[in-house]
Amino acid sequence: MTTEAPMKAPTIFSSELAARFDKLVALYPARRSALIPMLLYAQDEQGYVTDAAIEEIARRIGITPLDVRNVLSYYSLLRTKPVGKYHVQVCTNISCMLRGGQELFEHCKEHLGIGHKETTPDGVFSLEEVECIGACSWAPAVQVNYDFHDNLTADAMDAVLDQYRKQAGK
Amino acid sequence: MPTLVSHPEEVKIVSSRFGKGATDIERYIELDGYQAARTAVEKGADWVIAEMKTSGLRGRGGAGFPTGMKWSFVPKQSEKPKYVLVNGDESEPGTCKDHLIFLHDPHTVIEGTIIAGLAIGAKMGFIYLRGEYRYLLEIMEKAIADAYAKGFLGKGIFGSQIDFDIISHTGAGAYEVGEESALMESLEGKRGIPRIKPPFPAVVGLYGGPTVINNAETIATVPHVLRMGGEAYAKIGSERNGGTRLFCLSGHVERPGVYELPMGYNLKKMIYEIGGGIRGGRQLKAVVPGGSSTPVLLPNEIDIGMDFDQVGKAGSMLGSGGVVVLDETVCMVEFALRTIKFYQHESCGWCIPCREGTDWLKKTLTRFHAGAGVAKDIDNIRYLAENMLGRTFCPLGDAAAMPTIAFVKKFRQEFEDHLNGKPCAYAKQKMQESVLV
Ligand SMILES: Cc1cc2nc3c(=O)[nH]c(=O)nc-3n(C[C@H](O)[C@H](O)[C@H](O)COP(=O)(O)O)c2cc1C
Ligand code: SF4
Ligand code: FES
Repeated sequence: MTTEAPMKAPTIFSSELAARFDKLVALYPARRSALIPMLLYAQDEQGYVTDAAIEEIARRIGITPLDVRNVLSYYSLLRTKPVGKYHVQVCTNISCMLRGGQELFEHCKEHLGIGHKETTPDGVFSLEEVECIGACSWAPAVQVNYDFHDNLTADAMDAVLDQYRKQAGK
Repeated sequence: MPTLVSHPEEVKIVSSRFGKGATDIERYIELDGYQAARTAVEKGADWVIAEMKTSGLRGRGGAGFPTGMKWSFVPKQSEKPKYVLVNGDESEPGTCKDHLIFLHDPHTVIEGTIIAGLAIGAKMGFIYLRGEYRYLLEIMEKAIADAYAKGFLGKGIFGSQIDFDIISHTGAGAYEVGEESALMESLEGKRGIPRIKPPFPAVVGLYGGPTVINNAETIATVPHVLRMGGEAYAKIGSERNGGTRLFCLSGHVERPGVYELPMGYNLKKMIYEIGGGIRGGRQLKAVVPGGSSTPVLLPNEIDIGMDFDQVGKAGSMLGSGGVVVLDETVCMVEFALRTIKFYQHESCGWCIPCREGTDWLKKTLTRFHAGAGVAKDIDNIRYLAENMLGRTFCPLGDAAAMPTIAFVKKFRQEFEDHLNGKPCAYAKQKMQESVLV
C-alpha cells in the first residue's frame, strides 16, 4: 500500500512569496483581486514578469495566461523584459520640469551613457523618464526602484548614482 | 524623505500628527487616536452621517462632492455586501499630499475607513495605494496589523458586536485608475477601464455591492471632524466649504511644500506669504491652481479664495490641491505640451475622442513647439480640445482638454511668437539636439 503525501503544486517563486500568494488569493472577496499585486511582487522577486510567472499566477487565480497578459499590458510598472539592477525613474512632469527635471533627465542620460528605457551594458542601471511620482513639492524627484530621492541637483544625483554603483560592487 | 514645512498661518488638523511618530499605534492613541472610531461605534451610523453633513467636508480627490451626502446615498438594506474604498492612487501631476498622510499618519486613514464603514454598514474596506508608493504600502500594512492586534479591526471592533476588516492593496502604475470606476475595475484585477454610470458606485460598486469611494485625505479628515464636531469643523472654512485642506505648493516659489490652510484661503497670499514669493524675485507668470487638469490662472486672477466655489467662479477648479506656480521664464507652449503629453500617455484608449484627441494634440503641440507650426494650428488646437469636452466616456478627456483650451486662450500671443520660424530659445536648443541625434 502506498500512502501519497499531499502534493504541493510546484512553484517557481521563493517559498516566502509562494506562501504570500497562497494568502493573497484567499484574502479578497474574489480571487482575481490578487492579480495585480501578485504580478508586481513576482516582478520584484524576478526582475520582470516572466512567462513562467504568468503561467503560475494564471493557474493560482484560475484564469487564462492570456487574461493575465491583457491586464499586465495596461499597467506601466509591470514589464516583461529585464531592466537594470537599479531602475532610475526621473520625473519630468510639470512640477519637476519647473525645477529642472528635464535637465536632470538629460544629465542622467549623459552620466549613465544610456537613453530612455535602456540598460547599461553591465546591467547595473536602467533609465526611464516617468510621469508624476507624487513628490511634486520636493521636486525634482527621482525614484530608484522604490526609493524616492527628492530636491535633486546634478551633483546630488551623481552622489545617489555613485552610492548605488557602490552597492552593486562596481 | 520628503521635507516637512510649517508656517504660522497654517491650521493643522489633518497634518496635526505629521512628524510626531504617529505611525506607532501607541503614540497615535496618545495623540487622541481611535477615539473618534470608538465614539462612532457607540453613537451609530445616523449620528456619524449627521456630523459629516454638518461639517461641510467636501471630497479632496478633486470633484469636491460633499462627503456626508455621498455616504447617505448608500442604501441601508443591500443583499450584496457593502464596501469602503479609499483612493490613494494620487497621480494628478502637482499632487503629493496623500503621500505625507500615509507616511506620517497611517492610523488616521484606518480610523477614517472604519468610521466610513460604520456609516454605510460595510464590513470591509480597501485602501488602494499607487504602485509607486511601495514604502508607504509597507507603513500601511504594519499599521493595519497593529490595529488588528489591538482589536480595532477584525471581529467585534472596540468590544462591540461589529466586525470590520481592512485590506491594503497596491496598484501598478496608471493615472486613470484614480477615476473611481476604473479604480474598482483595477481592484477586481482588471484593466483600468471605467464603467458606465449609472449605476453609481453607491448602488452597484465593488463586486456588485454598494461602495463608497473617497480620497485618502477625505478619509483621514473624518476622525478629526467627529472629534471636533461637525459644526466646529465647518466654522474653520469658508461658506459651503468646511474645514482645511492640504495644499501642495510646487514650482517656482521660494518655499515649496505641503501646507494645511483653511478652505477659502487667498491664493495670492498662499504664493507670496506661505510660499515666500517667486524664487529669485522673478515675476509671476501663471498658476495652475488644482493639479495639472485645472485651467491656468493669470497673475491678475489669483486674488481669490481657494475653495471649490470661488476657484470655479474664476474659471478654474480647486481640484486635487496641487498649486503649481510658474515664473516668467516658462515657455507656455512647452508647458502645454508637457501637460498634454501626460494625458496622452495616460489615456486608457477606451473612447475615441480622448484617445485620438490627446494624440493629435500632442503631435500638433510637439511640432508647433519645435518651430514648425503654422498659424491655423493655434485655432486647431483649441478647436480639437473644445470638441473633446463632454464627449468622452470618463472625465480624463475633459482633464486633458480644459487646461489646453486655457493655455491657448490666455497665452495666445506666446503661441503666435512661435510662428514663422520663431520658436522659443528652449525649442531651438531642443531642435539642435534632435538634429545631433
Ligand atoms: C482621470 C481621473 C483621475 C483621478 N485620480 C484620482 C486620484 O488619484 N485620487 C483621488 O482621490 N481621486 C481621483 N479622482 C477622482 C475620483 O474619481 C473620485 O471622485 C474621488 O476619489 C472621490 O473621493 P472624494 O469624494 O473623497 O474626493 C480621479 C478622477 C479622474 C477622472
Ligand atoms: S476619456 Fe480617456 S481615459 Fe476616459 S475612458 Fe475615454 S479613453 Fe479612457
Ligand atoms: S511632477 Fe514630478 S513628482 Fe509630481
